[in-house]
Amino acid sequence: MQTSQIAESGALQRIRGSLFSPSTRQKLLAFASLMGLMIFFSFASPSFLQTDNIVGILQATAVNGVLAIGSTFVIITGGIDLSVGTLMTFCAVMAGVFLTYWGLPFPVGIAAAIFFGALSGFISGGLIAKLKIPPFIATLGMMLVLKGLSLVISGTKPIYFNDTPQFPSISQDSLIGYLLPNLPIPNAVLILFVVAIVSSLILNKTVLGSYTFGLGSNEEAVRLSGVNVDRWKIIIYSLNGAICGIAGLLIASRLNSAQPALGQGYELDAIAAVVIGGTSLSGGAGTILGTIIGAFIMSVLTNGLRILSVAQEWQTVVTGVIIILAVYADMLRKRK
Amino acid sequence: MVPLVSIQNLSKSFPGVRALDNCRFELMAGEVHALMGENGAGKSTLMKVLAGVYQKDSGEIRIDGQAVDIPSPRAARDLGIGIIHQELYLMNHRSVAQNIFVGREPRGRLGLFIDAQKMDQETQRIFDRLHLNLDPRTLVAELTVAKQQMVEIAKALSFDSRVLIMDEPTAALNNAEIEDLFRIIRQLKGHGVGIVYISHKMDELKRIADRVTVMRDGRYIDTVPAATTSMEAIIAMMVGRPLFESDRAVAPATDHQVVLEVRNLNRGRVIKDVNFVVRKGEILSFAGLMGAGRTEVARAVFGADKVDSGEIRVRNQEVSIRTPSDAVANGIGYLSEDRKHFGLAVSMDVESNIVLASMRRFLSLGFFLRRPIIRDTAMSLVKRLGIKTPSIAQKVALLSGGNQQKIVIAKWLVRDCEILFFDEPTRGIDVGAKSEIYKLLNALAEQGRAIVMISSELPEVLRLSHRILVMCEGRITGELPAAGATQEQIMQLATQRESMVSDTLH
Repeated sequence: MQTSQIAESGALQRIRGSLFSPSTRQKLLAFASLMGLMIFFSFASPSFLQTDNIVGILQATAVNGVLAIGSTFVIITGGIDLSVGTLMTFCAVMAGVFLTYWGLPFPVGIAAAIFFGALSGFISGGLIAKLKIPPFIATLGMMLVLKGLSLVISGTKPIYFNDTPQFPSISQDSLIGYLLPNLPIPNAVLILFVVAIVSSLILNKTVLGSYTFGLGSNEEAVRLSGVNVDRWKIIIYSLNGAICGIAGLLIASRLNSAQPALGQGYELDAIAAVVIGGTSLSGGAGTILGTIIGAFIMSVLTNGLRILSVAQEWQTVVTGVIIILAVYADMLRKRK
Repeated sequence: MVPLVSIQNLSKSFPGVRALDNCRFELMAGEVHALMGENGAGKSTLMKVLAGVYQKDSGEIRIDGQAVDIPSPRAARDLGIGIIHQELYLMNHRSVAQNIFVGREPRGRLGLFIDAQKMDQETQRIFDRLHLNLDPRTLVAELTVAKQQMVEIAKALSFDSRVLIMDEPTAALNNAEIEDLFRIIRQLKGHGVGIVYISHKMDELKRIADRVTVMRDGRYIDTVPAATTSMEAIIAMMVGRPLFESDRAVAPATDHQVVLEVRNLNRGRVIKDVNFVVRKGEILSFAGLMGAGRTEVARAVFGADKVDSGEIRVRNQEVSIRTPSDAVANGIGYLSEDRKHFGLAVSMDVESNIVLASMRRFLSLGFFLRRPIIRDTAMSLVKRLGIKTPSIAQKVALLSGGNQQKIVIAKWLVRDCEILFFDEPTRGIDVGAKSEIYKLLNALAEQGRAIVMISSELPEVLRLSHRILVMCEGRITGELPAAGATQEQIMQLATQRESMVSDTLH
């Protein structure tokens, strides 16, 4: 059969190739870095590998990890969401309003946090898709709006969840520990992994995920294929917002309060985790697993440096250097 | 018989430009209807209206005699209209199957998840029908441009359209692939599909089209039968003015001084031991298939890419060229294949682009721009090269391909380069503008400049060159004097792969 082709390598070669494809290599590299860091810190300090410390790392990663997972979707579309930090706080504040101010039942408070997260994402998505405001600007504006609203609604005071005794259990109790007493893994971590698995399924197996990649890879191609690009962008930003709502619940339950002055700065950590995990800021490619590894690298780094009594100021210097190196490594990988 | 598509009195304006002015077009089922016209004539715009990408301002579109509205690409698709765009609209990070099925992914369990396996299988089925040897899971980024174009074609065909619009479908295809495409077109004809074929390649149209419609300046000119109408008549309709014809014998220029000498140029597997010379006043063509390495050679000499080895002598002095600024300092200019990405600052105006390579000459105190001089220089070049633009403040992105190319040429003329590399100088440019560029190239050579022209259009190569070098897979496979050379000879050298090397290799 005559065919129109330059000789194509076989399908088998391609499968073998993908096992060591650049993105897999990047994840292996990230994972190796994580292991390397942990080994380094465990030699450097005996307190690193203690259960309490590991649990602390896991708790810290939970919040940042969940935020980063939401951001992964947005960044893969080639966009960005700078409001995730203050949105997280806003959702926590709203949970406080519903549960503490208005005394509504526990599930209603949970739903409120997630709802307001999705609503904010919906608005951001609308600004970006319909009004064509660049994501950086739109979400920068939202970040400030949400920060202000958090302070206004809470009267600039923290809202405590003492009237809702079940609240701390969201992140601090251990469902796993209840079932398997030897593994007192906090619920926060369980929630992190559930969010990760569901997000990964969405990203890789559903139409939403397909369009997430498509928008980042070639938005015009997707539009010309008859897909309602505006609608899907709004859905993706809303999803990110809802995930921020979950992060808000996690952090509020860890502190047993909604702290309205908190939040700004978390978005940069989220973006850093995404980038370290191998997702490109220009969009089109990325993985949840990479983001999780990136989030862990950030937490391990912060925690390890603190255990070594490195001053907090230096921690940020180190984190900044890591981010630059990670992005540079990403560029080198792409150039191949 | 009711036409499959009937367009009447269609008008469409964009800010500042009346792109379509009361246009007419008709397509019968089972017909291949060529749509011809210079760049900017409105062919792509008219078809984009039909395909739902643009919305008409006024006029009527009828499908099977019924008046219809086409508000979006999806609406067009639902009406059975498919389009293969001139530009590739593919998602590079995704697989071929994912690209073909975007927007209509087959669902699996619970209707929630995508059935990736089914998607791959369906894609394989589409490819088998087209005799296309391609793994559905290949990432588009890994494909050659030719393969990517085949994927676009496969995607359009997979919608079982009744009307298929092809906008320059063969731009990146080799002869075998063009044959396959024509076979598919004939198959579709047999099934009653109406095909609109937009192309600048006259010889292709003669082979495949039934009728030809000519447009000019956004207006409908005429519709003629393809077989019985001469190329000259069609060109005359397109252009409305006489063309540059050079059938004078091109002087060999062998006694002229050697201006550029390249020896032992090597770069990995892409450039293999390339040696050549270029003389003053000579037009040296590099012929070969896409991917033969010609652009790579030009970029290497121009300092745009690093090389493994190579010696470059300009006017018999050995020079070190590591960056384009070194090359330009030595009097070498390079007009790239892709003028929109590498030749022009598309969002800047005509004036700025023309002086882009020579800024230092237009500065006072080494810092401030001398605007009046810049303006005068730009205007004199616009006049000299016949660049059609409302003003020199016009954004370059809004000009037609031919005029954009002239601006790139103007840029290098201002720089006054002695040696000029032209990479596919007339790609995507209509017949009228092409002949003006040929005139320019000849004039530049007559002025004593040394011109290296890379071109995949053999008639162009034969017409303009003094000498022809043919490349294949990174090596120079042969050299031919232009006088007496034939397309067959060039093709033979262009396909002479390593395993078939004969002792004619210099």
